[in-house]
Amino acid sequence: MDLENMLSRRTVSLKPSGIRKFFNVANEMEGVIALGVGEPDFKTPYSVRQAGIENLQQGKTSYSANAGLIDLRRAICDYLQRKFLLEYDKNTEVVVTVGGSEAIDLAIRAFVNPGDEVLIPEPSFVCYAPIVTLTSGVPVTIETREEDHFRLTPEQLEAAITPRTKMLILPYPNNPTGAVMRREHLEAIAEVLRRHDIVVLSDEIYAELTYNGHHTSIASLPGMKERTIVVNGFSKTFAMTGWRLGYAAGPAAAIKQMTKIHQYAIMCAPTTSQYAAIEALDHCEENICQMREEYDRRRRFVVDAFNKMGLHTFEPEGAFYVFPCIKNTGMGSEEFCEKLLYGKKVAVVPGNAFGDSGEGYIRVSYSYSVQHLTAALKRIREFLSELPGYHL
Amino acid sequence: MMDQLLQLLNTNARMEPEKIAVMLGTTREEVERRIAEYEDLGVIRGYKPLLDYEKIDTQYVEAVIELRVTPKKDFGFEEIAHKISGYHEVDSVYLMSGGYDLHVQVVGKTFKDVALFVAQRLAPLDGVVSTATHFVLSRYKDRGVIMNPRTGDERGNISF
Repeated sequence: MDLENMLSRRTVSLKPSGIRKFFNVANEMEGVIALGVGEPDFKTPYSVRQAGIENLQQGKTSYSANAGLIDLRRAICDYLQRKFLLEYDKNTEVVVTVGGSEAIDLAIRAFVNPGDEVLIPEPSFVCYAPIVTLTSGVPVTIETREEDHFRLTPEQLEAAITPRTKMLILPYPNNPTGAVMRREHLEAIAEVLRRHDIVVLSDEIYAELTYNGHHTSIASLPGMKERTIVVNGFSKTFAMTGWRLGYAAGPAAAIKQMTKIHQYAIMCAPTTSQYAAIEALDHCEENICQMREEYDRRRRFVVDAFNKMGLHTFEPEGAFYVFPCIKNTGMGSEEFCEKLLYGKKVAVVPGNAFGDSGEGYIRVSYSYSVQHLTAALKRIREFLSELPGYHL
Repeated sequence: MMDQLLQLLNTNARMEPEKIAVMLGTTREEVERRIAEYEDLGVIRGYKPLLDYEKIDTQYVEAVIELRVTPKKDFGFEEIAHKISGYHEVDSVYLMSGGYDLHVQVVGKTFKDVALFVAQRLAPLDGVVSTATHFVLSRYKDRGVIMNPRTGDERGNISF
């Protein structure tokens, strides 16, 4: 039997990322000072770990309701109300998922019919287009630009809309650029959307890591809640990546279909993680503040350092990434990253890993200690100073 | 929550004022001014390196002494605490809650040095009811710093 030939053509056709090779090399190399990871360096707050342990010890090891523990859904609704002025019904408008990623998958699968177009601003996290493709939808990329602070503009949105457009993905605060959409930018987007029948998948996983002000959810704008699925989770906010827990909130009709898929594919999110998450939402405000302050200090430090090295870096106001432009080195993103890795053993991610519009940029994560950042930045500076024709 | 400047100095007291200024979104002059102010006010009492004595070729022994004391009328523990603080062998003195009163950290070159200091200087002091000496054998973490961190970042080097 020719097994290769038996595999799903659509799955096989998913763009095999060339970047993967680079990732493998970088992850296997010893002695690397990495600035490459997309997860917090903090540990999950102690009380949250403790809550997980206690519930395990009490033997709470069975399935939960498909949509998640009702007390967790209660805590999620309280939190969304408290933080972003979003009101959802815990019984019908929330589903607890295995990470924000599953919530994204559910939302896309619940809405997309064959041939439906899904608008995806890029650079952005890598999962949207493949999931759309697997759902027989058509991913339509919108290239955001540095001169727009990597925000989606209403003009770009309007220009991309066709009669087949079903959904807009709104990935802000953004990985990899660190861009955020403030209330006024969202209002301009909402104004366009209200004139069309388009659903928004608002991926707000980095919402708490917003600097120079608070995050606004597009769902909180007039007329938007009825057409928005808000995706959020615990990984970034509470440093809980390994617990695999996220959620989606939205109109009951959508959550009902999403919960149905979730029920067939997953049953329910890990119960231990769910108990721990209740503690996180109800009692860890101070932990969030401390982490955000720490990230903010590193953010200022790293942005300043890159600009001083002559790599133009726009000020990111969200997540924990900076996105320096490396065009003036004369190298492409991948070439730059490979040479930096082999030459100085510093790992950063080529910007084009997040879409073609990321070409000419690199993603640098600052989820590292200041000491670590300082050492890595020193090496990057050395690297640049040794480039022929590059003036620091 | 603690002032961000103090938080930073608490992680690295030698961090350059320029760097601190960038991180806090202020100027170097402002950082220097505030540090000087903290020094004047006695909020910052000093700066010392955090040494790993195992890596230094020197004789060094440290002990924690639990002291039970009869407090003096009108003076409480103040008088004896000050007296003990005056010895150069004594590194720190804390008043404690719980099973004993004063926590005294003593450093010396040898175990015998420290033991003799306790026997000859601390134990005979007026008001001292009992002493219990515990020698430090190994230091895994000191002042928030892990002394021999296990290397390797479990997150790997790179991910989306």
